[in-house]
Amino acid sequence: MAPPPHRARSGIGERVRRNEDARLLTGRALFVDDVRLDGLLHVAFLRSQHAHARLTSVDASAARTRPGVVAVYTAGDLGDYWRPGPLLVPPPPIAGLVFNACTQVPLAKDKLRHVGEPIAMVVAESRYLAEDALDDILVEADPLPAVVDLEAALAPGAPRVHDQLPSNLAAHAVQRKGDWARARARAHAVIKRRFRYDRGASAAIENRAVAAQWDPRAEELTVWDTTQAPIPIRNGLAQLLGLLESQVRVVAPFVGGGFGPKIMMFYPEEVLVPWAAVRLGRPVKWTEDRQENFFATTQERGQIHDAELAVAKDGKILGVKDVFLHDTGAYDPYGLTVPINSQCTLLGPYDIPSYESEFTAVFTNKTIVTPVRGAGRQHGVFVIERLLDFAAKELGIDRAEIRRKNLLRPDQFPFNNEILFQDSAPLTYDSGDYEPALDEALKAIDYTGFVREEQPRLKASGRHVGIGVVCYVEGTGIGPYEGARVTVEPSGRVRLATGVGTQGQGHFTVFAQIVAEVLGVDVTDVHVITGDTREFHWGTGTFASRGAVVAGSACHAAAVAVREKVLELASRELGAAPADLVLDGGRVHLRSDSGRGVALGALALKANPLRGAVRPGSEPGLEATAYFGPDRGSTANGVHAMVVEVDPETAQVEIKRYVVVHDCGRVINPMIVEGQIQGGVAHGIGNAFYEQLVYDEEGQLLNASFMDYLLPTATDVPNVETTHRETRSPLNPVGTKGVGEAGAIPTGALFAQAVEDALAGSGLEICEMPLSPNRLFELMSASSPGVKP
Amino acid sequence: MTLVVTVNGVRHERAVEPRLLLSDFLRHELGLTGTHVGCEHGVCGACTVLLNGEAVRSCLMFAVQANGHEVETVEGLGDGSSDALHPLQAAFREAHGLQCGFCTPGVLMTLVPFLREHPNPDEREIREALSGNLCRCTGYQNIVAAVRLACGAPPSPRA
Repeated sequence: MAPPPHRARSGIGERVRRNEDARLLTGRALFVDDVRLDGLLHVAFLRSQHAHARLTSVDASAARTRPGVVAVYTAGDLGDYWRPGPLLVPPPPIAGLVFNACTQVPLAKDKLRHVGEPIAMVVAESRYLAEDALDDILVEADPLPAVVDLEAALAPGAPRVHDQLPSNLAAHAVQRKGDWARARARAHAVIKRRFRYDRGASAAIENRAVAAQWDPRAEELTVWDTTQAPIPIRNGLAQLLGLLESQVRVVAPFVGGGFGPKIMMFYPEEVLVPWAAVRLGRPVKWTEDRQENFFATTQERGQIHDAELAVAKDGKILGVKDVFLHDTGAYDPYGLTVPINSQCTLLGPYDIPSYESEFTAVFTNKTIVTPVRGAGRQHGVFVIERLLDFAAKELGIDRAEIRRKNLLRPDQFPFNNEILFQDSAPLTYDSGDYEPALDEALKAIDYTGFVREEQPRLKASGRHVGIGVVCYVEGTGIGPYEGARVTVEPSGRVRLATGVGTQGQGHFTVFAQIVAEVLGVDVTDVHVITGDTREFHWGTGTFASRGAVVAGSACHAAAVAVREKVLELASRELGAAPADLVLDGGRVHLRSDSGRGVALGALALKANPLRGAVRPGSEPGLEATAYFGPDRGSTANGVHAMVVEVDPETAQVEIKRYVVVHDCGRVINPMIVEGQIQGGVAHGIGNAFYEQLVYDEEGQLLNASFMDYLLPTATDVPNVETTHRETRSPLNPVGTKGVGEAGAIPTGALFAQAVEDALAGSGLEICEMPLSPNRLFELMSASSPGVKP
Repeated sequence: MTLVVTVNGVRHERAVEPRLLLSDFLRHELGLTGTHVGCEHGVCGACTVLLNGEAVRSCLMFAVQANGHEVETVEGLGDGSSDALHPLQAAFREAHGLQCGFCTPGVLMTLVPFLREHPNPDEREIREALSGNLCRCTGYQNIVAAVRLACGAPPSPRA
């Protein structure tokens, strides 16, 4: 009898609702702070109130005697465990590179280098008691002048963040292609500006947390960690604690937003909580509060660029020179990923024949800088897009046309930019089709109609409306590798384990879709496990928009290997050649007769017999593990366009429309991709107009709360109109490219262009991010002839 | 102090410190960890629960202030099983109104009384109702879409 007709199994490309949602919506999903353990102890940290000071003494004796306090640790109490953290990303082999590695320490020993740096750790019976005890600790410190401003930091005689270095220079690198001097000499015009970008917070709504439990009988340590990269954390903790890697299990359960700073940082709290759990023989937990998050979780985006664009009369780019300073904060454990992304992403989707880019990374007495959604790419996009805007104005060319004129053509791929990317591989774009994306965005926002009719009409009635359009690329999906294990269970359900952590990207669904497509099962029948090193212990983590590309490709490879096992076994069972078999609806059946088949679950049972002989060399079960490591990243691209209206009296900006045309190769789940873009755009709008971490000249962060640091709310963010294009990547079997960071990358450049256009004729130039109503009002007032309210 | 409170229809009597926050009481004393804590200063809205049917921030209340009152948390919305979601929860799943899901319980608990009072809100009203809840993942667009879906309203134009 033929099986009943089967409903769609929801493979690649379908708008599938998410497997993980029921758990999240009902409050059953486990986040780190939800972990409940018998005898759990709680931690609070005493943190530096100085940006820069000599630490002379820490007296914790009173704290230790407070009832409920179990232990207090200072740097001196850590013994051999006190050591600077690992250099997470060694810099690429750029010729002539200077790099001074200074990584964070678990507890400050003799110097305090930023506000919020931990000085002492209190372990107590409750968090309330632990915080009480912080007041009992006496700290003596001699304040030093703080290093805050990037240029002043490099001046002769500036105070030094790290005494062992001759200056505050953390790194210096130059990358070149072509001949900039010749390009400049040949240019019809050279556009030169200074651009500033300032810091924002990643502001995941879940703060960081770590819980750890040592089981003395099993001699195993279990750590729950809000990390994007549980496997590197497991391996590093094992090494630090002198344990076998197999004795340490790191679980990154549901994580409430990552955005970069929850990468494998080996934050002080992350190495101290497991250590204390082993030492005390009791489980220990620390959960960051929001104020700690503002001081102690890594940040991004402080750079100053002096950039020049050499253009021909027709708007063709001849070359770009960019010299920039990068604020790396008090330590530089993440190497040069952020400034190299800035350096590389400046080239954008354009054919730029000569390029000279030099950066100096600078230590400052501020929170450590590591990637935050976009990871330096924003700066590069801001610089090139603003330069193109100014060039268009000077040459009298339309903004969209100057971009079109310089876009790479489809026949130029793979396109080698002749410099090195953050993953040490040459910056080569694998594939792309840029001009149609621009056309589609212009059409979607009705650029021509707006510029020719609507804008003149509205301006004539006294309204300040503007339009913007910017292009960008995003290097995504870098190596080294990820892995996955696919197992068909006797129930017919499929288990999929992979190593990357998950922070809301929909991994439980998109990975399931890939496997469902290959094995012909329902997406709801693929049970995905991520971020638990006991389930899978090879891999790196979730960052650089690489989950779907790299881990997704590993899931695909493992599913293909299982499919081969299924076909081989089924061909014996059904007496048919594998080529004559079809996997569908959780069964394998004859192509010619869907009634003759066998369920996957039945095959799984047969593949794991309890009696009798198996074929020599056969592996039990329907299971396979596979890995995927690309040579280099795949390059996604897109175009954003928006229409704004500026109120000149209040300097408020209303976003009237926001259009995104995005190409991340093959789309696995359009609903999830759109969600990623919408969230990224909101983050970008925050970075453009609401969010700025304001440090004073003493290195004090002045707005360390959600009262003072403004995240965009539902009334600040527009609906984003998204169109997908699919230029498949040849670098992976799925043909996909990353999308996680894309939405946030071009927003600042777009915002600046559109606002400037709304105020055209005022002489206003926007060369800085973030803006705010206040700052925009200042710029409007200072511009000549100024904007008349 | 002795606290007597009804949470999701279940009466609890506990001795608590006066300074214990309601959010910590729900999460760590009762184990109702669906209520999340994002800022502890009343801005992010992740800890929103219902007190006698009204949305409140449980991080801005002491547990003892709930003495004699009724509290509802996200765990009380559906019937606790995955296949019987509250219609609002089902709409969030359908419209992809959540990503990491951390802010989601607070968003849901904000919307439940709002929708009781505004069964047919327009987009502006929905956005204003949501403006006290921070979400870093979604850009709010699909949260709005989920609310429209739950109310039987057509999707937003140009979204």
